[in-house]
Amino acid sequence: MIRLLAARLVQIAVTMAILSFAMFLLIGLMPGDPIDLAIAGDPRLTAEDAARLRALHGLDQPLLARYAAWAGGLLEGRFGHSRLFAQPVADIIAPALVSTLVLLGGALLLAGGIGIALGLLAAARPRLAPAVDAIAILGQSAPSFWLGILLIILFAVTLGWLPAGGMSETGGLDSLRFLVLPVATLAIANLAAYARHSAAAVGLTLREPWITAARARGNGEARVLLRHAFPNAAVPVLQVAALDAGALVGGALITETLFARPGMGKLIYDAVMGNDTNLALVALLLVALVTMLATLAADLAQRALDPRLRDA
Amino acid sequence: MRLILGLALLLLLALGALGAPLVQEALGHDPFAPDLFLRHGPASPEHPLGTDELGRDLLLRLLYGARVSLAVGLATALAAAVLGTAIGLLAAWRGGALDAVLMRLADGMLALPALPVLVVLAAADTGRIGLPRGEPLSDIIRIVAILTIFGWVGVARLARAAALSVLARDYVRAARALGAGEGRILLRHVVPNIAGPIAVATALAVAGAILAESTLSFLGLGIAPPAASWGNMLSNAQDLVFSAPWAAVWPGLAILLAVAGCTLVADGLRR
Repeated sequence: MIRLLAARLVQIAVTMAILSFAMFLLIGLMPGDPIDLAIAGDPRLTAEDAARLRALHGLDQPLLARYAAWAGGLLEGRFGHSRLFAQPVADIIAPALVSTLVLLGGALLLAGGIGIALGLLAAARPRLAPAVDAIAILGQSAPSFWLGILLIILFAVTLGWLPAGGMSETGGLDSLRFLVLPVATLAIANLAAYARHSAAAVGLTLREPWITAARARGNGEARVLLRHAFPNAAVPVLQVAALDAGALVGGALITETLFARPGMGKLIYDAVMGNDTNLALVALLLVALVTMLATLAADLAQRALDPRLRDA
Repeated sequence: MRLILGLALLLLLALGALGAPLVQEALGHDPFAPDLFLRHGPASPEHPLGTDELGRDLLLRLLYGARVSLAVGLATALAAAVLGTAIGLLAAWRGGALDAVLMRLADGMLALPALPVLVVLAAADTGRIGLPRGEPLSDIIRIVAILTIFGWVGVARLARAAALSVLARDYVRAARALGAGEGRILLRHVVPNIAGPIAVATALAVAGAILAESTLSFLGLGIAPPAASWGNMLSNAQDLVFSAPWAAVWPGLAILLAVAGCTLVADGLRR
């Protein structure tokens, strides 16, 4: 367990190092550096001023030296400033991360709950399996931004029950109303994997001899399904959670942009669109780190649940 | 059953894409020329699906968009299949440290949230390497290149697993004993026998690429207008939902059908 944890943490560190380096180089390809942008905003700056500013901020250094300075600053907790918001990056990211985690948590609960329920239904009632399969294929194939648009058309424009986007101004319970459509969009887009995998896993478990034994002892079908079959199928379902963490986070970027929710996804998008390279990079790295740690947590939970996995 | 249904869906969409000029001739208007007197026009005999926010015919843009979206999907999947098969074969054949490095790389790519990375990649300025933004062909090449960066991983993992089992078979040892070179063994004995898993992974890669392209174009980072793609037809959908909800429905439906078609084909091939 400890060895696995250490190996995975090393792997995450290496991935982060490669990702940050590759992204830093690529952002070097983005049009204009911060000084160009500053000049565009203030016509009184001369070429000498620009050169002096470049030297002051180290932008005249070679790319590798700039990367080393920047990455070193990150490791020491200096995340730099955002050009777009004119604030320290850390101050912008903290509330955005909380907002995204709320969205992701809600969507994960809903997607897992409905997906597993559908999977159990398909395994327990084979006649319904094709219908569940069809729902899963449709859910997997529909682009999530389009699902969100359909939900907005139905619930915000036609019925007028829920807001089409944005955040609550009063806070409290009212903010829940703004959460419903984004969470539903993200959940529908992600429940297919849970339905398919739990249907397959529970279906396999139901063929085990100890299920027959449990039935023979006079256990009701519902009890057999929920107490005997499902806990043994929980491990493959957790694996889906681990594998799909990246997709869920990517979905958050779409839903946040579509519903105008300030979160990490929208922050990355806005930073990229607004040429705020430092904010974009730091936010992207943080999102990648959180995703990989969540995957690791799901993997460790699998091992905690299933002793057979511990030796591997 | 699934295979046939999936192929039928894809064939239908491909026919629509190929037949776009014929439909254009029959309807007799230009899907790329704005007509501001016809904004958000309702469905009518001249405009079977109505018109968009610039008065362009929606059906024609949908058909021309199919060309772009399907081309991006197929080209990405092809590139991912070639690259992924090569990497998977190399890892299975060489084994050892190279295998470990390549597979850890694949694991790392899988663990990353792909979309945020793609968004940052799509914003990079490719004009400096001769791919100006906003021209249809260079947009397509740019998107295909970006999507291939993530697309090869699925193919490579499946190809490696299949190749490992084939390389351990007796007929490979027999070929080696007969003096066949390693290149001949890989190309003549291994590749034909792992074609099944590669085909499944490629079908899934087409689905993934169509979805990813539409998402990037929706965000305004993919295929730039006036060229049509299913994703960029939805790029101002937030406004559409109030003025012309139907205009927001059709492109998504086309994406859904294309992706479902590829998924069904992959499912059908797997059985």
